[in-house]
Amino acid sequence: MKKKEFSRREFLMASGALVVGFSAASLIEPFAVAQVPFDTHPSHVDPEKLDSWLAVASDGTVTAYTGKCDFGQGMYTVQTQLVAEELCVSISKVKVIQCDTFVTPDQGTTSGSQSTPTNFNTQNLAQAAATAREALVGMAAQRLGVSADQLTVENGVVSEKSGRQISYDELIGEKRFDIPVSSAAKRRSPSEWKVLGKPVPSMDRVALITGTFEFVHNVHVPQMVHGRVVRPPEIGATVTNVDEKSVQHVPGLIKVVVRNNFVGVVAEKQWQAAQAAKDLKVAWKPGPGLPAQKDFYDYIRKQPSSDEMLVNSRDVDSRLKSASRVLKATYLHPYQAHGSIGSSCAVADVQLDHATVWSATQSVYPTRHSVSVLTGLPLDRVRVIFVRGSGCYGLNAADAVSYDAALLSQAVHRPVRVQLTRHDEFVSENYGSACVIEQQAGTDASGAISVWDCETWSVSLGGRPGYENPGNVITGMLGGLDPDAITPQAAVEPARELRNRNNAVPSYVAGCVNAKCGGAGSIRSERVRAHTVKSPFLTGPLRSPLRLQNTFAHECFMDEISVSVHADPVAYRLQHLNETRIIDVVKAAAKAANWDARPSPKRGTPRTGTVTGRGIACVAYEGDNGYAALVAEVEVDQASGRVQAKRFVIAHDCGPISNPDGLRNQIEGAVLQGTSRALDEEITWDDRKVTSTDWQSYNTLPLGIHVPAIESVLINRPAAKASGAGETAITLVAAAIGNAIFDATGARIREVPFRPARVQAALSSRS
Amino acid sequence: MMASVSLNINGHVHTLDVDPETPLLYVLSDDLQLRGPKFGCGLGQCGACTVLIRGQAVRSCVMPVGAVKQQQITTLEGLGTPQKPHLIQQAFIDEGAAQCGFCLSGVILTAKALLDENPKASDQQIREAMSNVLCRCFTHTRMMRAIKHYQRNPA
Repeated sequence: MKKKEFSRREFLMASGALVVGFSAASLIEPFAVAQVPFDTHPSHVDPEKLDSWLAVASDGTVTAYTGKCDFGQGMYTVQTQLVAEELCVSISKVKVIQCDTFVTPDQGTTSGSQSTPTNFNTQNLAQAAATAREALVGMAAQRLGVSADQLTVENGVVSEKSGRQISYDELIGEKRFDIPVSSAAKRRSPSEWKVLGKPVPSMDRVALITGTFEFVHNVHVPQMVHGRVVRPPEIGATVTNVDEKSVQHVPGLIKVVVRNNFVGVVAEKQWQAAQAAKDLKVAWKPGPGLPAQKDFYDYIRKQPSSDEMLVNSRDVDSRLKSASRVLKATYLHPYQAHGSIGSSCAVADVQLDHATVWSATQSVYPTRHSVSVLTGLPLDRVRVIFVRGSGCYGLNAADAVSYDAALLSQAVHRPVRVQLTRHDEFVSENYGSACVIEQQAGTDASGAISVWDCETWSVSLGGRPGYENPGNVITGMLGGLDPDAITPQAAVEPARELRNRNNAVPSYVAGCVNAKCGGAGSIRSERVRAHTVKSPFLTGPLRSPLRLQNTFAHECFMDEISVSVHADPVAYRLQHLNETRIIDVVKAAAKAANWDARPSPKRGTPRTGTVTGRGIACVAYEGDNGYAALVAEVEVDQASGRVQAKRFVIAHDCGPISNPDGLRNQIEGAVLQGTSRALDEEITWDDRKVTSTDWQSYNTLPLGIHVPAIESVLINRPAAKASGAGETAITLVAAAIGNAIFDATGARIREVPFRPARVQAALSSRS
Repeated sequence: MMASVSLNINGHVHTLDVDPETPLLYVLSDDLQLRGPKFGCGLGQCGACTVLIRGQAVRSCVMPVGAVKQQQITTLEGLGTPQKPHLIQQAFIDEGAAQCGFCLSGVILTAKALLDENPKASDQQIREAMSNVLCRCFTHTRMMRAIKHYQRNPA
């Protein structure tokens, strides 16, 4: 583990308040344990052992263990299908245990559309289940005195042609396998699938819909009391004094807890804790102030940056000079919130020599590390148990509130449940990054693109704490651990094969580095530079992090180029793509949408009244983790500037489909969430603090909108590797809508969100 | 500050010693450990804490428990059971209308209150009723389908 320098700030001496500081010991102490496979970290659950993944009970039921959890994206159901499929048992026989540092293998963080690739390809859970099936068939062969190839398995029973049978529970029930996971164990082929690939309805829906499902918000522990936090009133404010007397009148108050700039209260009842948090008088030293929001995109471009050159054919400047026509455009994307419907909550029980935390974190093992750092308890004395929270869509405040609960519990020696308020959640979550993306392209005499130059700026501060730094989220930062910030550095010329993890590289370029071309397109003159600058706010991954922002810019700019040469946007895309899977989704979406092939904007549309248009966008998500193309049809009221999405058609390819019903549900949600982000969502601030702090100041599309029709064309590729599917669709929405608005009105809007005032301004500046 | 409060919840009467100013939600979720109503925003803006009080959809996070009196309160788990869901719950089950599911008290109970009072509500009236109900997974398509499904086959 990388050793980390961090400043241990002065302890706050406040009268009567509990005053402690974080111990650096567990950060500095190197782990003596050797690194284990899959880049996982020290755990007593050894991922190489089959018993870490699977157990068969005496009644034949199977328990599977995984470090990838379900936040509502349907992961529990497909994991159950996977295990049932590979073991040849019915899904009713399978129970999956997700994300508990005492019993599940360390699979890092459930994020980045990696849950399916990690568990469903040729490693981890799938490989463990395949190993178990082969081992069980081997045991049966021995018992029955025949060779394994004479045996078939169905419903957990191994049978021989003559009719002799033996069940899994007779073979192994309650005993350990005591064998390693075999990389040679043969996966069942998609052509044999009986459970996987089927539209199994999500297994949690009945409990959710009947209000019986246990969320982390519903965890009750004996002796549990309630905590609330008091966050700084403005960004960067620091505590100078805490007047504990100000809350002496609150009945049930147990303690006021201050650790550096972390302030919280604990009371017997939640209402009492809420009262105490509201009434507690804290004197704050003002923060340094914030850059003005109205100039923020200019501010970003002027900051020192950490630079990366992703591709550079080194002929871009000369090709731009010799191009028949050069187009330039700048795209802007705001900070956006995860805005989980449930403000985050956690329960922690920190005792003198051990701690248990019930958390909706996406990262139980990294959270264990953070709790260990914050409490000073050794890693192996901390247990983090995942209990689902509301949908998170990335790094919401689930990690921070888990730390809050641990700190408060440690201070009162009782289990503490912390419920963040909506304000707490909005002002200090790790926002999705604001971005500036400058595009420049040249076309040749035939109208084809001859050169593409892209320069991006994104902002960063903190992020996922990982196994390194709890200071990357608010609680750790307030406690005195500095969040990771960028170190300015110049770009070096690309040396390694392109990995387009942030989709900074447009799909239409060849993506060549040292003659290896990892792009999806044909344009050989290419340059992509990415700058990262320090953010004034904490940032973190938000569903399709940077990929959405970059794709918005690439796909709108591609449209602009097609307009400049009077080409149909679909045909023009296809002309510059050469990767089969992205070509196929573009064609499939256009076909299903009955695409009206012609150049944009639509001819002869009036400059007043309500008009309609269509737009398309496509992406090879992270370069190779899923493919999609989206057609949006919108209606624009030119008087008010109001945009309404009427219909979406999406073609989606994530390799072999594990569950088409779950996939459709993910796609439909992503498309509408993308619509909300494109039309309405933006973090706002004044000179000192965030001002989007509730659902009146941060917009989201409610249930009561005219819900657009969403048609999903699922392209199943059984022979391909399994890709993610949670983020592909959302990546395309802002671009497809932006292109549709242009098609309808002839006005190009290069800044998200497309609120009525911005649309009106663009309409009135039409030539 | 503390007072004895009797609540009629899902057909059972509970008597508690509680500050009458306490939001009903905290009593339901902390003292009675009910799982249906949930803390979403605490401001009455999202709907996750919704309960039915005499058939009306009420946001329990901004309703002082002392104001409830003897009125009948129904939470999402009081509507039906996993074994025998209410017809509107069955409509949501049939449509697979859930992702994370945290918002469902607001979605289901707000729609039920409207359709029980106005079974022939127009699409516009349904949209108006749902205009302050949030789902951040954006399961809108299936949820609105489930609500229409229930409207066609009400209790």
